Amino acid sequence: MLRSEKWYGYLFISPMVLGFAAFLLGPILTAFFMSFTNWSLFKETSYIGFDNYKTAFTNDPVFWETVGNTLYFSAGLVPLNLLLALGLALLLKNKLPGIGFFRTAIFTPVVTSLVVWAIVFKYIFATDAGMVNQLLEMIGVQGPAWLYNMDLAMPVVIVVSVLKNVGLNMVIFLAALHDVPKMYYEAAELDGATRWNVLTKVTLPLISPSVFLALMLTLIGSLKVFGQIYVMTGGGPGTSTYVLVYYIYQQAFKLYEFGYASAIAFILFFIVLALTLVQWSVRKRWVHHEQ
Amino acid sequence: MSNKSFSRRRAGSLAANTTTYVLLSIVTAIVLVPFFWMVTTSLKHQSKIFLFPPQWIPRPFVWENYVEVFTRQPFHLYFFNSTYIAVLVTVGTCLFAALAGYAFAKLQFPFKNTIFLVLLSSMMIPTEVTAIPLFEWMTALQLVNTHFPLIVPPMLGAYGMFGVFLLRQFFITVPSDLDEAAKIDGCTPWTTFIRIMLPLCVPALATLCIFVFLHSWNEFFEPLIYLNSSELYTLPLALSLFTDQSGTEWHLLMAASVIATLPLLVVFFFAQKKFIEGIAMSGMK
Repeated sequence: MLRSEKWYGYLFISPMVLGFAAFLLGPILTAFFMSFTNWSLFKETSYIGFDNYKTAFTNDPVFWETVGNTLYFSAGLVPLNLLLALGLALLLKNKLPGIGFFRTAIFTPVVTSLVVWAIVFKYIFATDAGMVNQLLEMIGVQGPAWLYNMDLAMPVVIVVSVLKNVGLNMVIFLAALHDVPKMYYEAAELDGATRWNVLTKVTLPLISPSVFLALMLTLIGSLKVFGQIYVMTGGGPGTSTYVLVYYIYQQAFKLYEFGYASAIAFILFFIVLALTLVQWSVRKRWVHHEQ
Repeated sequence: MSNKSFSRRRAGSLAANTTTYVLLSIVTAIVLVPFFWMVTTSLKHQSKIFLFPPQWIPRPFVWENYVEVFTRQPFHLYFFNSTYIAVLVTVGTCLFAALAGYAFAKLQFPFKNTIFLVLLSSMMIPTEVTAIPLFEWMTALQLVNTHFPLIVPPMLGAYGMFGVFLLRQFFITVPSDLDEAAKIDGCTPWTTFIRIMLPLCVPALATLCIFVFLHSWNEFFEPLIYLNSSELYTLPLALSLFTDQSGTEWHLLMAASVIATLPLLVVFFFAQKKFIEGIAMSGMK
């Protein structure tokens, strides 16, 4: 009996284990090996040690620009997304009539295709026909060429991305707020605490594990931004919105420089890993765990 | 509590509620404007798109745009491609993830926890890293420009692992008495899984289903790198066909966007309560 259960167990997990080997473990080991070669569609492959990494760090100004742009995107997106999501969750947590409608509406963009979302916003921010500039013109202001302006393109992409995904964090926060025991609020009210005190001393510490989760997910996601850049700006104007994944895409699937692209992909991986570890290590300072 | 302070509290909460509604309405309006703009533009005549002041409601409604989307491009084909790929990925992911989730939760076999942890850790790997070797392999196997890379690797790759994790969590909460009773009645793990466990996990499975379907339907990066022939395109990729060097046909592009978005919004509208709860749960625990 037990013997057969063992084999059933292995049988049941075998598709996922084989898939893991073929589509995750195999590729990651290959990519690691590739990053130490000049693997390309056009030349003989040879082992070149750390040359790809050296080139990226010392001899490729575009690489540094993409790193800078990626960090700029994250630095703009993460706080905006978390603050807005938290604010919305606080507004949505009470059972008021019609609250379900607002909850659903704000979550709807999460379900929508990123490409569709980006296309519509490209249109909304278009220079002549765009809604934003048409509205500005109504009050007599000449709107800028949003997506063709070096300083404005990235902020526009950030705002568009926040609106697309804020619903996801909102839901995570709503679930957390739901779990805060009512007695804490009753106690705070008896003590005459102000709304701000209740928020900072009671609510935030109690939902901090969820804030941490949302922070990690949003940060990692933001470092891998691609679709909205591809659709809205194509990395431009100039290289002002060139981000890491867009650069990897260009190197690997447009120029077929697989070795160099793999090295950059691993650098992205290490950036993600490093930021995750930093977050993890400072977590104890602000994430509160109930005993 | 005295009557006076009670009514003051009432007035205070009324003001607070009004503020809540005003703030929520503003955000909701900003979020819904793109949908509104997409739908109205899709119903405008090409010559009316750049009018100033803008037409908020199209006059007249040009339903022909929707016909033109299908005559200009074989859009029914893209719709079919997106649908069958998403259905296959969803069915496959749910079945294999449920099998593995059940095994990890309820069956005993050596190295079970080690294997589970190794699978779980793979959720950390960014798809951008694995995409490059996978592309090479698919090239070597002459599977580039087919739908194979859009179906099988997602089913058994990172999303599959997420499914295993989600469903294992669920199966753990099913009382062990149930499968022990089944075992005594002579059920094999397979019959227990099919007859008892699978029907029980329908709610968790539904959440995973919607998740995977959404992801597959909206996926952009993989079709972008793997597909060259436009007759193989999926919807997100096909949208780019309405933009070229000579400019963008916004009215057609928006009509196509509505067609690509509508099925999901309809499904989401009916499933939203369960779906949002499911996300909240899987995000928390």
